Amino acid sequence: MKGLRYGLLIALCLLFLAPFAFMVTTSLKTPEKIFTATMEWLPRPVIWKNYPDAIARFPFWRYVGNTLFICTLTVLGTCLSSSLAAYAFARLKFKAREPLFFVMLATIMLPSQVTLLPTFLLFRTLGWSGSWLPLIVPAFFGNPFSIFLLRQFFLTIPQELSDAARLDGCSDFSIFWRVILPLARPALATVALFAFLGAWTDFQGPLIYLHDEQQYTLALGLQSFLGRHESQWNLLMATSTIITLPLIIVFLLVQKTFVKGIVLSGLKG
Amino acid sequence: MRRTAYLFLAPWLIGLVVFTIGPVLATLFLSFTDYRVLSPPRWVGLENYKELFTDTETFWPSLGNTAFLFLELPLALTIGLALALLLNQKLKGMALFRTIFYLPSLVPTVASSMLWLWLLNPEHGLINEALRALHLPTPTWLASPLWAKPAIILMDLWGVGGSMVIYLAALQGVPQDYYEAAELDGANAWQRLRHITLPSLSPVIFFNLILGVIGTFQYFTQTFLMTKGGPDKATLFYALSLYQNAFEFFRMGLACAMAWVLFLLTILATWLVFKSSARWVYYEGEKA
Repeated sequence: MKGLRYGLLIALCLLFLAPFAFMVTTSLKTPEKIFTATMEWLPRPVIWKNYPDAIARFPFWRYVGNTLFICTLTVLGTCLSSSLAAYAFARLKFKAREPLFFVMLATIMLPSQVTLLPTFLLFRTLGWSGSWLPLIVPAFFGNPFSIFLLRQFFLTIPQELSDAARLDGCSDFSIFWRVILPLARPALATVALFAFLGAWTDFQGPLIYLHDEQQYTLALGLQSFLGRHESQWNLLMATSTIITLPLIIVFLLVQKTFVKGIVLSGLKG
Repeated sequence: MRRTAYLFLAPWLIGLVVFTIGPVLATLFLSFTDYRVLSPPRWVGLENYKELFTDTETFWPSLGNTAFLFLELPLALTIGLALALLLNQKLKGMALFRTIFYLPSLVPTVASSMLWLWLLNPEHGLINEALRALHLPTPTWLASPLWAKPAIILMDLWGVGGSMVIYLAALQGVPQDYYEAAELDGANAWQRLRHITLPSLSPVIFFNLILGVIGTFQYFTQTFLMTKGGPDKATLFYALSLYQNAFEFFRMGLACAMAWVLFLLTILATWLVFKSSARWVYYEGEKA
């Protein structure tokens, strides 16, 4: 019985891993080998040079820099603004708390298309179209999903800690900054990770707002690369591998935090 | 105290007005205008909506294509849940299996789109290589109006690990004594699944279903990159058609009307799921 389960699991894993294997093996082939009649899992010869070649075809490092810059500010803005709002929802009493919290949850479900066009027109009027500002600035105004996640975590921090700090004369802001935030590090790490992944893989935002190739993010740069090198599958797969690998490494490093975050957002309460 | 609360909420509240409520209302207003960006909007009443509902060339096909995509939800639900159940056992190496199933959902959309263009390549792609080896018919996938949508569903199912981890987390929260009690009462595996596991997971299933409905209506990047809506509009999904109206044909008014129709459809679909949920979603502490 145990053997059967393992057998099934291993077979399924191979199925899920096969696309990755195909990606990597294609990325190491010569152009001729790609189009041979029989499939070759272990390419001979192995063309490592496809990787530097692929990178050399477009301003790869500039795009990495652009993307990292946008990601960093997005993460910073999301963590700061969302934790502020989460503190109010978790720890402060005010009349409109319940209705506002409901509004916030409702906005999670709002399709982005409903706000996309006026937001685009707003940024255009401000003269921000063609810059990174439309991709970064909204992050500083709170992200509903992150607010929800952080609020759930703040609720688990004992109220006595806040009360003790208040007796010592701490204001709400210093309780938030000195007591709650340091204790909420795991939740903040999860929010940061989600924000980072979101910004790293975002496609529609850069597509709409960035026009100058020098400003492209990695995702958008790859798209124009795809347009120019159609059917050069070895190079395309090399670039795909290159942008996927860092995410997998980051994920493996912070897997525990990540799973904790998912459990946290797993809708308790 | 009250003022402090609003100070903490200020960034989010400002964002709510500027980036959400304002734009939602602006979209509604613009949907009643003819607006081609370069000249100011001109009031046309219900013209845009009339144009949409009589447009059998793009609007209705895009809606139909999106409806087809909804077939993916029950598939993803079943597979994600089955994988989670398979992984929810105290056996060695489960963490590794979980990671492997989860990996595909980490691949950036641009990269996974490129990869699947290649996997689905009719001549040299892995999928058809495998089908050929099994002596099965080899469709031309994204080049065929019939097979393009199933190809896209197949691609999405590769990323099912994303919902699997959520089910898995929920499974680990089901109290073990429920199962022990059921076993004492002589319940078999199927009965335990049907009467303990599924009801316990129903809030999470419900949550995933809602997100799935919303996500399906907004399906964009993959088709934009892989097929541009082709062949023969077979993958022209709603959000792609909306994008084209706005940013390729510069018909902002019409695109805003589409956005509002999308909004209403999302509300309707969410409401239907919510309404049916009373019958199948169980919350702890509530009488089943």
